[in-house]
Amino acid sequence: MIHVLAFYLFAILVVSSGALTILSRNPVHSVLWLILAFFNAAGLMILLGAEFIAMLLVIVYVGAVVVLFLFVVMMLDIDFAELRAGFVSYLPFGLLIALVLLAEIVLGIGLWSAGPVELAQRAAPANPELSNIQAIGGILYTRYIFLFEAAGIVLLVAMIGAIVLTHRARGGVRGQNVAKQNRRRPQDAVRNINQPVGQGVEL
Amino acid sequence: MIGLQHYMVVSAILFVMGVLGIFINRKNVIIILMAIELILLSVNINLVAFSAFLGDLVGQVFSMFVLTVAAGEAAIGLAILVIYFRGRGTIAVDDVNRMKG
Repeated sequence: MIHVLAFYLFAILVVSSGALTILSRNPVHSVLWLILAFFNAAGLMILLGAEFIAMLLVIVYVGAVVVLFLFVVMMLDIDFAELRAGFVSYLPFGLLIALVLLAEIVLGIGLWSAGPVELAQRAAPANPELSNIQAIGGILYTRYIFLFEAAGIVLLVAMIGAIVLTHRARGGVRGQNVAKQNRRRPQDAVRNINQPVGQGVEL
Repeated sequence: MIGLQHYMVVSAILFVMGVLGIFINRKNVIIILMAIELILLSVNINLVAFSAFLGDLVGQVFSMFVLTVAAGEAAIGLAILVIYFRGRGTIAVDDVNRMKG
């Protein structure tokens, strides 16, 4: 009973916050609704017994990706009212496409049924004695190790790409040059003069 | 009792919501990127639901790779957005075809 209640709570909240993400006027509100959607999706995944993916959603998604969105929204000084100009004119067409797509997918789900799945045909049968994180670690670092490293390379390329794209050398900035500072010797920089009394110093 | 079909319907609605978001916010790239995140989230829900109901862990492993690719895509997309805004002072998608060269 509590399971059913929790499922409907999370499902309704994830769908409605998803709707508010795409409909809200202010992009900052959109980002906050997206955070709520991710939290409720994490709740759905906990109901499914996938604790690791749920924690990954909360930590990586809400903690890093969505905060990155928030930074960019707040950093760019954009007139968002102007960007919403075509909102109403695109709405009927978009709703039509969305309804057709939804009807097709729901029809497909209604007609589809999972046949009896043979245990031998599973790629990695879940071991009920292990916890979810132990089981995932067990196959992630053995059978899928190359895929795991490929994921690491994808992240590395994305990081380098983002840095290369956004980095710029600005003119007129007086940065610190440590080598130049270390090269400087007192005899080059300091000059001793015998200054007569009563006269101004000439530099 | 909650079955696989329930989760699939939730994920289908979320997917359609993402597609609708791309259609109705055609000028605002930030919202389009968020709609893509919604689509990838619905794919993740589907993968994890199948993984749980079929007793097979590969779905969760692949869901992790989807997360990885989505994070990289968001980072690159936002970087492109930032340099585009730096050059033009707006993020309207209509003008992006002038970005040649």
